[in-house]
This record gives sequence, structure tokens and C-alpha cells, in this order.
Amino acid sequence: MTEPKAEAQVTAAAEEPYLEIEGLWKAFGDFLALRDVSLTIAQGEFICFLGPSGCGKTTLLRAIAGLDPQTRGSIRQGGRDISDLPASQRDYGIVFQSYALFPNLTVERNIAFGLENTRRPRAEITARVQELLQLVGLPEQAKKYPAQLSGGQQQRIALARAIAIKPGLLLLDEPLSALDAKVRVHLRHEIKELQRKLGVTTIMVTHDQEEALSMADRIVVMNHGRIEQIGTPTEIYRDPATLFVADFIGETNRVATTFSGGSVRVGDTTLATQATGFAEGAAVTMAVRPEDVLPHAGGHAGAPLPNHLAVRIEAMEFLGSYWRTHLSSPALGATPLVANFSMNAVRRLDLSVGAGLTVELPAERVLVFARGGDNG
Amino acid sequence: MAEAPSLPAGRAIRLRIDSDGWIKRAFMGVIALYLMVALALPLYAMLSKSFVTYSFDLARYEFQVSDESGTVWGEPVSAAALNAQLGKFSDADLASSTDGRLSVTDFFPDFSFRSPVKYRIRGVADNAPYLVGLDLRNSTEWQEFDSNTFRRINLRPVASTGLQNYTEYFSNPVLFSSIENSLYIATISTVLTVIFAFGFAYAINRSCMPFKGAFRLIAMMPILVPSLLPGIALIYMFGNQGFLKGILFGQSIYGPLGIVIGSVFFTFPHALIIISTALSISDQRQYEAAESLRASKWRTFWTVTIPGARYGLISAAFVTFTLVITDFGLPKVIGGQYNVLAIDIYKQVIGQQNFEMGAVVSVVLLIPAIVAFVVDRQVQKKQVSLLSARSVPYEPKPNRRFDMAMLAWCAAMGVFIAGIIGVCQFAALINYWPYDLSFSLRNYDFNKMDGGGWGAYWNSLELAALTAVIGTAIIFTGAYMVEKIDGFKTGRAVFQFLAMLPMAIPGMVLGLAYIFFFNNPANPLNGIYGTMAILVVSTVTHFYTVGHLTALTALKQIDAEFEPVAASLRQPFWRLFARVTVPVCLPAILDISIYMFVNAMTTVSAVVFLYSTHTALASVAVLNMDDAGDIAPAAAMGMMIFYTNATARVLHAFASRSILRRTQAWRVR
Repeated sequence: MTEPKAEAQVTAAAEEPYLEIEGLWKAFGDFLALRDVSLTIAQGEFICFLGPSGCGKTTLLRAIAGLDPQTRGSIRQGGRDISDLPASQRDYGIVFQSYALFPNLTVERNIAFGLENTRRPRAEITARVQELLQLVGLPEQAKKYPAQLSGGQQQRIALARAIAIKPGLLLLDEPLSALDAKVRVHLRHEIKELQRKLGVTTIMVTHDQEEALSMADRIVVMNHGRIEQIGTPTEIYRDPATLFVADFIGETNRVATTFSGGSVRVGDTTLATQATGFAEGAAVTMAVRPEDVLPHAGGHAGAPLPNHLAVRIEAMEFLGSYWRTHLSSPALGATPLVANFSMNAVRRLDLSVGAGLTVELPAERVLVFARGGDNG
Repeated sequence: MAEAPSLPAGRAIRLRIDSDGWIKRAFMGVIALYLMVALALPLYAMLSKSFVTYSFDLARYEFQVSDESGTVWGEPVSAAALNAQLGKFSDADLASSTDGRLSVTDFFPDFSFRSPVKYRIRGVADNAPYLVGLDLRNSTEWQEFDSNTFRRINLRPVASTGLQNYTEYFSNPVLFSSIENSLYIATISTVLTVIFAFGFAYAINRSCMPFKGAFRLIAMMPILVPSLLPGIALIYMFGNQGFLKGILFGQSIYGPLGIVIGSVFFTFPHALIIISTALSISDQRQYEAAESLRASKWRTFWTVTIPGARYGLISAAFVTFTLVITDFGLPKVIGGQYNVLAIDIYKQVIGQQNFEMGAVVSVVLLIPAIVAFVVDRQVQKKQVSLLSARSVPYEPKPNRRFDMAMLAWCAAMGVFIAGIIGVCQFAALINYWPYDLSFSLRNYDFNKMDGGGWGAYWNSLELAALTAVIGTAIIFTGAYMVEKIDGFKTGRAVFQFLAMLPMAIPGMVLGLAYIFFFNNPANPLNGIYGTMAILVVSTVTHFYTVGHLTALTALKQIDAEFEPVAASLRQPFWRLFARVTVPVCLPAILDISIYMFVNAMTTVSAVVFLYSTHTALASVAVLNMDDAGDIAPAAAMGMMIFYTNATARVLHAFASRSILRRTQAWRVR
């Protein structure tokens, strides 16, 4: 009994709000880039704004940074109302996609840019620059110019420059998207590590779900200027609040159907779900992720088991760690079902194109969403 | 999901302006104020002046004449009535200028200054000015004078506004024919220049001919000399004592012929730069496609080359047209009796002191200049979008016959350009053309000539240096504020408009506008009239736009996120400006300064109304010495400008290279 309580206390401490965004709207002429966005971020949290391009995530970041003020709504940072403060009077460090390193200044002068002009002794500045270079793992590059560094190195210098002044908030605007895949994966960990070490509240804008899932404490999924869902990566992935989130994050099979008695019908098969709150006969969309389609051996004689479908393998794609398999089923008609089968399962069940098998769609993994929104 | 579909009512949030914001706005305000004072207000003064006419309003005056005893007075009679009686002055005679004077004795045919008759004069309207000697009176009370004083009384004209100046201008066939003449020579010069420059640019971009670098250098030489220098060379070649006069078959070089040849010379590099840029951005792939479709060279030329360069050609044509139609130096030197608009302004202002009519001609001259400017801006915008397209640059392949033909074309243009400069140099160095061809430096002894002597040269140097330094600082700072300030949209738009305006204003028009504005005793800035300061202001303003555009281009290439980063690091903008923006833009800044320097050395039109005896300038000295018949010294002074500009260019090249090596080490990977 004591353990959960302790955990609850930790959560409470962590959730002392640092950044409170309330009722934010942003209009560009007639176009609404942000619609009634409210959000609370705790001290030390790593938050990702995730969404397709044009969803308003960068607009939200720029409003927080005071670069493009919101049209309506308020922002409080550390208890201070910063809604109408210019950028220079807010407290944050920022890293842009372009890095925006000053090309004519050496790496150390770039990092020292925010430290100079603050009546700090020169020795202290030099020491701090060295410390930061150590922190981002580039102690040897102090005398070089940005153009002489690789993209990943430039990114780390930009990060060092942003945190040099010990800001209360770190803003990262698509910081990794200009890098190639390998460097990106590597930097993901480094940035996350650094953030944990410094404990600085961080907001990162990204359109890359993998990035968001692997780095964020909580993800804010946005679409059409609205927040679709806020939650931890597992919440977002396992329990998407809307069909848009289910679609945008990960992959999902979708079938239009109706809700009846806690189940949905697909052809002549009834799929039990754990969904609640839908009216009897409501038009819904059933969704299931490819990895939640579980293969079972052979055809099954007798009455079909609940949540089991007899299917045929139409096509298989080898994707390294798993097989992406296209299945057809009389129950689904023309709608294909995509399943990801592990190497082991394929070998064990001797699956190949043309083979028949039974798949299970577990009730707790069958997601149900109301049909007819703007997120079709 | 319940949506709140529309923006809640309320006021849009506006960020508080921090000290940076205020400083930036203040800076922009100061420079905008500069442009207001140095551009907008003078132009407004000129425009309003063009609607002002001066005439003697005789109905405003009444006279009374006594008998010989000087005690018995006759009936008051108005000047208008007297004039009607005498039929002395027609309405046209009564039109006047600011300096007009009308002797009152003209209304009294029996007047004798020895007679004991006394006279009285009074105004019957509020404003009825007259002079007693030099003493201006304006009174509705009777004033009494003996006849000896009365003969020293002059009526002064009064101002009224209206379109009279314009009606007069357009009904005057001599003045009106200038419009025709200007359009005629500008059109012919434009067609010729564009054709010649296109051939030259084509040779440089599309052939494998040798000596491209040398030809490029030669082609740029005309930029370094005043536009009237080719006029002087042409006089030596084809003038009354010219050594090539024979080949004109009796045609006179003084007139349209000379103006056109000289115009082609001085506009050539301007057209060449624009067309060359347009040709250099063409796409190799289009030519490969044409070749694979077996299109003939001729067909490819008309379907690929010309359409690809069309914006450049249009732009070059308009720039050339504007340069020719607004040029004043060349028609002055070699135009003879052939009147053009720019000459008319000069004649009206300097010759006849009719400033109002000068203003009218200026307004007329503004029209083609503004049209050309607007068209050019539209075309330039389209050209930019062509430029940004990704394309494979064209690589010419050697073709002996074609390359030789191109070489011949460029050689011909090269001989023409170098020849003009060469003739001037030759003329400057010989003793007395055509009688004594021995070598002499006598023509460089400017102190023995009219026109300002060596002092004029030093003044020019001072003007060019000041213009380069002050102008570049103002222009670059202004462009920075326009480009990098956030919010404040209206202010920036107004500023941008003011910064683009000078390009559409001919130098003479600007100069005349300055007379109206700064020479007005009521203007608190009246003090700068006749000083070096007004020359610097007018030159900076005249050449503002090109510098502004150069600065904008450079600033646009800088990452827009530098300012947000600096702000997030809580650094003031001026630190970013000094540490990053200026160093990164240094190449552009040097380009602006050399542009200002060279143009300040060569300009005549922007300063011809504004120099005073102690601020005479080299370029104006060329004009005045030529006017006085000292053609050889004029050529020598022209060559001094050439040497100076050439040296400045070389120094600029060296300076850029060494500064770039030091401050732009980051450019090298």
C-alpha cells in the first residue's frame, strides 16, 4: 500500500506546473493556426509537440518564445505572466532547425555569445564554454568555424549556445530534421540524456513520431490547430484518443462498422471490444494495429472462436525484423488487413503466400472510434 | 467533439516593445526622416512650385497724380485702367517670374523725374507688393513720392496657383518639341545599346572566344567616367575640326547623332550587366532538349535563348531608356541646337532663371522615368523567380567560326569604348589640337582655367569619399531596419517606398527640387545650401536605391533566426549587428561604398544646380570648361575622374580581398 502512495507523491511534485498555456488562439487573417489550445507543463518535463505540417505545432512554439504572439490566450512561465513579453524578456534558450549558428564566429565565440556582455569575468566565460563543450562532447572544436563542422556537430553547438545562459525553458524547433538518419538516432539519445542531466524543462517540435515516442515524457499530438491528445508515449500509442492519433502514430487497420452490445461486427464475425460510451447501433470505425493481429495455426474447425478470423495470406513483405503481411478474409470483403508477423511466428507456423490461417484480434486491442469527424 | 469554431471576441495580443524594439524604431525613424527631408519634401516643394505662376496683377494698385504744384490731387486710378487706356502690356507681358519687376513710370507716358508733380500709390488688395528702390512695401495706405523717387518704384508680381505653367509649356512648340526629341533619341539609343550589349553578353556567356576577361574590363570602363566624356571624344573625332569628320558625309555630330553615339557608350555597361545576368542563368538542359529535337541553331536561338533572356532584355531596355532620357551632360556637350528635356530644365533654371517652368519640365521628365521604373520593378521580380529555379548552367562548346565572329563583335565594341577613352586621353595630352600635336601636360594645369581648377578635383574626391562612407552607413542601417525589424508593418512599407523612390527621380529633378526646398529662407535647413553637405545629401539620395537593394539582397541571405537567437540569449540587437550582421555582409557593404564613390565622382545631373563657387566639382568642371571652349582641359579633367575611379576600383578589389581573407575565414571549409 505504501509504494503507490510514494509514487503518487513523486508525480505530484513533478507536476508542479512550470508552463501554463490557456486558451491560446492564433489567427493569420482568416486562417486559424491555433484553436483554443490549453496545456500545462511540469518543471523538468520533456514535451514533444507532434503533428503533420501545418498542424500549428511550430506556431505554438513561436508563441511560447514570443516570436509570433498568440492572438488570444495567456501563457504563464514559472508563475510569471509572459503573454505579452517580447522574446528578450522571456526566459528560454532555443535551437532552430537551421541551427542559426553565427557563421563568422568560432564555436567558442558562438557559445559565449550569450555570456559576454553580462559583466562576467573573462576567465569564468572561458571556463563555462569549456564545460559546455565537454557537455556536448566536442571539447576539441572550440577554435573552428561552424562551416567546418558536420551537421550533427553544429546541432550540438547550437544546443550548447542555447543552454549556456541556463534558461528555465529549452525550445527545440525540429532540431534533428536536417540530419541524416544515423546521426539523428544518435543525437536523440544525447539530447535526452543532456536534458535529464540538466533537468531543464524542454519542448521539442517534431513531425517524426519515432523521435517523439523515444524522447518525450509526454507527447502533445496536434492537428488543424487543435490538441488531439496529451499523454505519455505509451498512452498515445496504446490508447489513442482519436482516430487521427491512431492513424498518425503507428499504423492501423480500419474498418467502418456499427457498435452493438460492447462489440462490433465485421462481416459475420463479432469482435468483442472494451470500448464503452457508444450508443447502440452507433456508426463507428474499428481499428487494430498490425502488430496486434495474432496468428494461430491452420484452419479451425467448428464455430469460430470469439475475436478470431479465418484469413488467407495475399502478400508478404520482408522488413528485416518482421514480415508485413497482407491478409484477406471473407468477413472483411474487399478491405485488406495488414499484420506484422514476427520471424519466429512465420517460421513456426510455416506461413507463405496463399496459406490460410486464423488470426486473433484481442478484445483489449480492438479500438473503436466514433465515425464522421474531420479526421477521416 | 464540441468545437469552439471561431476566435473568441477580444483584442489581439501585442507584444510589449522592448528597448531593442524602440531603438530599432528610432533608427528607422531617423533614416526615414532623412529620406523625407532629402527626398519627399523637396519633391513636394518642386511639384507645388510647378503650379505657381507669377504675374503683375495691375488691378491691385491705385495711383493718384498731383498737379504741378504738388498739392491738388486728381482722381485715384487703378494701374489696370491705365494699362487698358494705354494698351501697353498684354496679359502675356504681365506674366512674370519671382524676380519680375515692372516700372510704374510705364503707366505715365508724360512722366519726367524733373517735374514737380507728385505721385501716390496704394494697394487695394491685401497683397500688393512694390519696391521703392530696394525697399519692399506692401500697404493699402496711400504713400506719397516726388517724381524723382517715383521713377525708382517697381511693381512686384504676385503668386497664384493653377495649371497655367503647364498650359504654357504645352502650347510652346519649342519646349514641346523637346519631348519628341527626348523620346526619339532615347528610343534609338535604347534599341542600339540593347542590341550591342546583347551581342557582347552573348559572346561572353555563350562562346569560347579568347580574352573574355579583358573584354569584360573594357566594357565596364564607361561607368568610370562622366556621361559627357564621350561627347568630348566625339567632338575630337567628328567635330568641326575632327580628324574623322570626313566619314560622316556632311552630317553634323552636334545633335541627335552625337547624343545617340555617346548614349550608347555610357549606357552600354549598365545594359551589359543586366543582360549578362539574364543569359548566365539559362538552363543547359533546355539546349540539350532542343538539340535532341533537331532544332536548328537559329530556331533554338529564337525559341530558347531569347525567351530565357526576355526579362533581362526588357529590364535592360528600360534602364537604358531612363538613363538616356534623364541624362543631361551629353546633350549639353554635343547636342548643339538639339533640345531635350534635361537641357530644357537646365536652360530654364540656369539660363532664364524661370524656376517654375523648370519645375514643369521636371514633372514632364518624371513621367517616363517613373513608368520605366515601375515596369522594371515588375520585370525584376519575375527575373528573381527564374533565378531561384534549380538549373544546370550552360557550358558553351568551342565552335571556331562562331567564336571568331563573336570575337570580332566584341573587338568592335572594345575598340569603340577604348577608342573613346583613348581619344580623350590623347586630347588631354597634346598641346593644341589640331595645330600643335606635341606632348604637353598643359591641359592638366586646371588652375589656369575656369571651372574650379584643381580645387574642383579635390572637392569631388571629398564628396565621393563622404558619400561612400556616410551613404553606405545610412543605406545599410536603413536596409537592416527594414529587413530585420518585427511588426511595425506600415512603417516598414512607407520606408521601403521612400527607399525605392530615388531610382525613379532623375538627378536634375532632384537637384531642382533641392533648390526649391533648401534655398527657401524659411527652411531651417537653409544653412546647408551651397555647402558640401547638400552635395553629399543629394548624391547619397540620388544613388540610394541601388545600394538599398544590394544591402537587402545581402541581408535576406542571412539566416532570419539570428535575431530570435540573440533575443533569447538576451543580447541587444546592436551587438548582433556589429558582431555578426556587418561582418557577414561586408562584401555587400564594400560593393555599396564603391558604387557610391564612383557615382559621386561622375555625376553631373544631381549636383549641377547645387554646387557653389567653393564647392565646384570635377564633373561639373568638365562641363563648364567645355562650355567655355576649353575642350582639351575638359578632357583632361574627365581623365582625372577616370584615373581616380579606376584606382578606387583597384583599391576596392584589393581591400575586399584582404578584408575578406581576414574576416570571412569562415567561408572556407
